[in-house]
Amino acid sequence: MTENTTTEIVPTVSVTIDGVALQVPKGTLAIRAAEMIGVEIPRFCDHPLLEPVAACRACLIEVEGMPKPQPACAQVVGEGMTIRTQQSSEVAKDAQEGVMEFLLINHPLDCPVCDKGGECPLQNQAMSAGRGESRFEGEKRTFDKPINVSAQILLDRERCVSCARCTRFADQIAGDPMIELLERGAQQQVGTASDEPFDSYFSGNTVQICPVGALTSAAYRFRSRPFDLVSVPTTCEHCASGCSLRTDYRRGVVTRRLAWDSPEVNEEWNCDKGRFAFAYLAEGRITTPLVREDGELRPASWPEAIDVAARGLAAAGSRTGVLTGGRLTQEDAYGYAKFARAVLGTDSIDFRARATSPEETQFLRAAVAGAPIGVTYTALEQAPFVLLVGFEPEDESPIVFLRLRKARTRVVSVGAVATRGLDKMGGELLAALPGQEAAALRDLPADIRAALEQPGAVILAGERIAASAGAPSAVSTLAASTGAALAWVPRRAGERGALDAGALAGLLPGGRPLIDAQARAQVAAIWGIDTAALPGLPGLSGDDLLTSASRVGLSALLVAGVDPVDLPDPALALRAVDTAAFVVALDHHHSAVTERADVVLPVALVTEKSGTFLDWEGRPRPFGQVFKDALTMSDATVLGMIASAIGTSAGAWDVNGIRRELTALGPWQGARAVVPGVQPQAAAGAGFRLASWRELLDAGVLQEGEPFLAATARPSAAIVSAAAAARLGSPATVTVTGPAGSVTLPLEVGAVLDDVVFVPMHSSECSIYRDLGARIGTAVDVTAGGAA
Amino acid sequence: MTLTPVITEHWDAPDLYTIEGYRRFGGYRALESALKQDPDAIITTIKDSGLRGRGGAGFPTGLKWSFVPQNDGKQHYLVVNADESEPGACKDIPIMMANPHALVEGVIISSFAIRANHAFIYIRGEVPNALRKVANAVAEARRAGYLGTNVLGSGFDIDIVVHAGAGAYICGEETALLDSLEGFRGQPRLKPPFPAVAGLYASPTVINNVETICNIPYIIDRGLDWFRQFGTEKSPGFKVWAVSGHVNNPGIFEAPLGITMRQLLEYAGGVRGGGNVKFWLPGGSSVPLLTAEHLDLPLTYEEMAAAGTMLGTGTPMIFDDTVSVVKAVTRWLEFYKHESCGKCTPCREGTYWITGMLETFEHGHGRESDLELLVSACNQIAGRSFCALGDAAATPYPAALKYFRDEFVAATHTPVDDTFDPVASYIHAGAAAR
Ligand SMILES: Cc1cc2nc3c(=O)[nH]c(=O)nc-3n(C[C@H](O)[C@H](O)[C@H](O)COP(=O)(O)O)c2cc1C
Ligand code: SF4
Ligand code: SF4
Ligand code: SF4
Ligand code: FES
Repeated sequence: MTENTTTEIVPTVSVTIDGVALQVPKGTLAIRAAEMIGVEIPRFCDHPLLEPVAACRACLIEVEGMPKPQPACAQVVGEGMTIRTQQSSEVAKDAQEGVMEFLLINHPLDCPVCDKGGECPLQNQAMSAGRGESRFEGEKRTFDKPINVSAQILLDRERCVSCARCTRFADQIAGDPMIELLERGAQQQVGTASDEPFDSYFSGNTVQICPVGALTSAAYRFRSRPFDLVSVPTTCEHCASGCSLRTDYRRGVVTRRLAWDSPEVNEEWNCDKGRFAFAYLAEGRITTPLVREDGELRPASWPEAIDVAARGLAAAGSRTGVLTGGRLTQEDAYGYAKFARAVLGTDSIDFRARATSPEETQFLRAAVAGAPIGVTYTALEQAPFVLLVGFEPEDESPIVFLRLRKARTRVVSVGAVATRGLDKMGGELLAALPGQEAAALRDLPADIRAALEQPGAVILAGERIAASAGAPSAVSTLAASTGAALAWVPRRAGERGALDAGALAGLLPGGRPLIDAQARAQVAAIWGIDTAALPGLPGLSGDDLLTSASRVGLSALLVAGVDPVDLPDPALALRAVDTAAFVVALDHHHSAVTERADVVLPVALVTEKSGTFLDWEGRPRPFGQVFKDALTMSDATVLGMIASAIGTSAGAWDVNGIRRELTALGPWQGARAVVPGVQPQAAAGAGFRLASWRELLDAGVLQEGEPFLAATARPSAAIVSAAAAARLGSPATVTVTGPAGSVTLPLEVGAVLDDVVFVPMHSSECSIYRDLGARIGTAVDVTAGGAA
Repeated sequence: MTLTPVITEHWDAPDLYTIEGYRRFGGYRALESALKQDPDAIITTIKDSGLRGRGGAGFPTGLKWSFVPQNDGKQHYLVVNADESEPGACKDIPIMMANPHALVEGVIISSFAIRANHAFIYIRGEVPNALRKVANAVAEARRAGYLGTNVLGSGFDIDIVVHAGAGAYICGEETALLDSLEGFRGQPRLKPPFPAVAGLYASPTVINNVETICNIPYIIDRGLDWFRQFGTEKSPGFKVWAVSGHVNNPGIFEAPLGITMRQLLEYAGGVRGGGNVKFWLPGGSSVPLLTAEHLDLPLTYEEMAAAGTMLGTGTPMIFDDTVSVVKAVTRWLEFYKHESCGKCTPCREGTYWITGMLETFEHGHGRESDLELLVSACNQIAGRSFCALGDAAATPYPAALKYFRDEFVAATHTPVDDTFDPVASYIHAGAAAR
């Protein structure tokens, strides 16, 4: 075996801090070097992930040979340097105390009514590094308070210590320099341009890193005191970026969520959806099982509901279709995968509540399911080149966006819109009509192909490749022919976990092909069933599954958390639910599906169970239960109850048991499906091509109940090129008409290909599937003005 | 010591500001000879001349130029600091109005030496007349072929952009000036990197004061020996002294470094009404004040440092007995408070606090314990602020207290306007009395 283990030699320098000699990596800042020996130098403007500014001067230290105290947050440790902190230097101590006194003279000291009170770096450091008594007796500067820098973010200017963390975050990390320090001297304050609020997708991070209570969120302001909160580390349920969060709750109610430290994934950031979109947890729960009787749903006891569900599903057996949505934990998705195969004997299962294609199904089986972690965030940071296909990172996986931006990686996006996000990443657009990405990939310019041939180059394929004929095939071929690494970045948090759990027709857990004898034997053994009891042939998935159900091909549906409006043909989905003889819905909130179901079984929210999301990397992001005394049951537990009512136990249904089974199975090592070979297809029809995707903040059900967040969403608009707008006569509004209807939206000019119109996929103003009956790439009509 | 007019020599010629007028007195001769030299040789000449920056800090100019990495294949820039906003400083603006071509010629030679093809003159926004004079001189020089490509057949390309600031004192601080020039809010930058390595647009940049640059053509034209005959070993050359305050004949006097205040006072016609010098500052409000006992000290960088002050901009302000030092210090602090850019805590908060305390003294209800508190607050700023503006703000009070403690003590019970008739201290008051 030839394994090359190269240890990277990090050059170090010797330094003496407070008499302690130590070696630190070259380039280390004095403030971090001091931390290494347990000395905490006070700081406000310093933040490890932001460029130093040395503005607050709280961290002054003595450096031998330098006439003045130096800011430890900007002082790079030099070879042989002798540093004295407040621990051993009167000069440093005096300087720090002086700055602390200055910081407080204009500070309101309204700690008892300040949200930061109890977790405030100013409070804490005034105690640890201040003099205790202020000598200031003058009049404090005041401001009108608070002001809105956005609908969500409020600013109490008199509390601001001008550390510029928020403004540097906005500029350096998010790329949204919409807040800036304005005015001079003691009047210096954070502000925005008069008509441009701080509508950054990442704005909430500024509240978290503000070292005082100057920035607060409308959602949390005055809601709670930190010492009354219980904090639990969690994982965000919204997208496949996989952020670590901290969930704080009080008396059974989540009061806020913060980005939590996860250096390899989200570093210390998250997006506003992950931070603020949790009101849904507390509102509109389904509280009891429901059973349909005489056409009406009525509350039922658990034993009754389980019994009805078991009998109906057992009767349908292998003629059941299972739709799990994209938001389940891996353990719950595994429960459905097992329940379908081992209990019902059906392989008609799909986790994708979105546009799909048989080509994508094959791509996922061949290239993604059960694959070990390949491309990581770190790999993105180090990649010389990243090609995006059917993927808009800022909207569809914000932490991928932040990482690409941070690395200043060369990015090329194959698509029809040079987005704001692409611009902020310094990326370039490789023009491709919506749905025609495969042709662009086939005819790739030589320089991009060459860039992909560099070691470390990456292709990131978004879930929208499914809506582009030939694209899944093309990215696979391109990766193979250039040697670039390929990663699939789904949008929803549960998709990758569900795929690896086997919640897709033709796939058993761990990426095992259903038709492979060895794979079947492994799974059957773990589940304790006969191999022959597993379905023999791949079942239905995607549109086929719904079409079949709508034509009584499938007689029952088992549905978890699917909103028909997310599906490219919502009418078909509803027809399928209506047509199926028996429908069981597991959900925590009502939907068009629960309304039509025969049995509705309430299940636990993410806060009421433990579980795991696999992020897009395939990295497990496990989380514990926030509310330990919750009485609700996870999907898998409920499925286990139905299974025993049917009389098939098939192994474990609890989270730990499922984890053991998943570990025991491990990823599939045998032969995999071959990648699809679908050719690009020419566009059909004339007119504007519809470009669309789910914007980060939109009409998604999990964002309900949070108006301040919604107010920071991008306003819905139909976006066309300047030339196209001119052709239309540059009207204020346009009407976009698809096969099923029209919507009227404000017209916006953007960096969009000619003959392309961008419309948000599912905003509060329009939903392309529902309102237009159009899919990505469909030819639509765009006319000036409102609908006639 | 006699006056030695050089930059100011022909200020009485009505057309000195035009290219013809300037050339009539030998203008652009230095440029012709400079362009025939090796740029490094010019840097060496300036180093050997011992010329020190006239913007306030007195940094050796040749040394500063030599920090620019040469032959690095990067764009270099020369930036002239013409933001003159220091209270009491009034020399760069008169120079630009009277002799703008000396500045333009100096810029071209200096750019040639540091291998810059673009130079910027950043002029304080409130002086449109100086702006117009310099812009006109640049246009004339361009028409005459001193600017543009292949200047005088030398193969050297140079252009000058004249830029108007918006009137912030902090934009005279060289790195804040660079931010302002780049279109950002003018706040000082973190160093390192120093401008010589990464200045304007992250390229090697030299920033010099107007007067500094105006020295260059004369040094090149007349030689080292001529230059070094003036001044002292550590402060060679001459200086455009701008004397203001309670003197009979305020104005500009060009004389060697090392002249004393008493001699300058004579040229300035003495204290108005035959009065006494109560206190004076050698160069702007940012240097500690001195008293009559210091009038015979040579005005050099080293002697002023030894006396606990600084030469600063070399623009002495004279205050006679009619002036309340408490009031003067309060006004200066009000200026620093107003001009503090707000970036760092000591200056932002310190100027706010100190000014508030001083105002209580001005109104006669200062507290005696605050005398030491003020010193302590100043000490919490000095040497701890981000840039020299904070240090400057911490300067006036301790020096004033050192020499005039009694006046501050009196201000604990009596408003200063009761002790010092404010009208008597007006500049015109003395004239009216005569
Ligand atoms: C607050 C502040 C204001 C300043 N204003 C000026 C100015 O108006 N003109 C100037 O030449 N230098 C000014 N300086 C000094 C400059 O930072 C810099 O030292 C000078 O321009 C360098 O030129 P020199 O070496 O030719 O003196 C100022 C410094 C500070 C801290
Ligand atoms: S608002 Fe907070 S983070 Fe922003 S500058 Fe002020 S104190 Fe710093
Ligand atoms: S980026 Fe994704 S995972 Fe992270 S907080 Fe936002 S929605 Fe949640
Ligand atoms: S000392 Fe600080 S606040 Fe004052 S001008 Fe300089 S950077 Fe700004
Ligand atoms: S933490 Fe070092 S100056 Fe602010």
